[in-house]
Amino acid sequence: MNIVLNNNPETFEAERLSVNELLKAKNFTFKMLVIKINGNLVKKTDYDSAVVKDGDDVKVLHLISGG
Amino acid sequence: MTFEEIRTIMQRKTVGIAGAGGLGSNCAMALVRIGLGKLIIADFDVVSESNLNRQFYFRDQIGEKKIPALKTNLLRINPCLDFVGHDCCLVPDNIEEVFKGCDIIVEAFDRADQKAMLIETILTEFPDTPLVIGLGMAGVGLNDTIHCRQIDNMYICGDEVSEIGPDCPPIAPRVGIVSNMQANVVTEILLSCKL
Repeated sequence: MNIVLNNNPETFEAERLSVNELLKAKNFTFKMLVIKINGNLVKKTDYDSAVVKDGDDVKVLHLISGG
Repeated sequence: MTFEEIRTIMQRKTVGIAGAGGLGSNCAMALVRIGLGKLIIADFDVVSESNLNRQFYFRDQIGEKKIPALKTNLLRINPCLDFVGHDCCLVPDNIEEVFKGCDIIVEAFDRADQKAMLIETILTEFPDTPLVIGLGMAGVGLNDTIHCRQIDNMYICGDEVSEIGPDCPPIAPRVGIVSNMQANVVTEILLSCKL
């Protein structure tokens, strides 16, 4: 599948991936994230069930401490 | 736009700020200086000596709760400010009640897990309200890495990489840049609405 991840085009062999599978595939190890698929928030509790498929626009924001 | 025109618009606006620490207290100060009408701000913490290297509090306020201390400081700039302070810990169950009625919300927490909780809750409860996030402001120098980037209704201010630590402390110069960048983004958005 072809998706846009953080404004960059990316290709994956799988036809669809759960959010957790996507994070693992991209080695995104940060624990605190905000994730949106096609403009819709994906809550942390849904990272196993929410699915990324061909054509999706995914935003992953890494949160760090400070403020 | 003249300052009078800016002030006339800002005076009709309500800004919510989550956190009254390094980002929150300084962002609030900048907005109050240009005539913000109503501020809703929440923090459960107490002013401590270590805060003075970056937060908008004074030595004689050490030991006071931040919300009443910040109210004192802000009213000295503009006694007409409608200051709505919440001396409490923000959690998913009270965020909607605290921030309802805000034209825009500023995220100014320090812990990453709290930032995640707040952002998720705001995106769920107030999906149409612009959210200005502070992310990455530790250390010294590196002015060029501080930016503002937009994702849908979220505006992220900071360098997005510098985690705070003993050898990378958050201190006034750089924290001030990010907090004022947040205030600048808030102002830009509020002035463009012209409601």
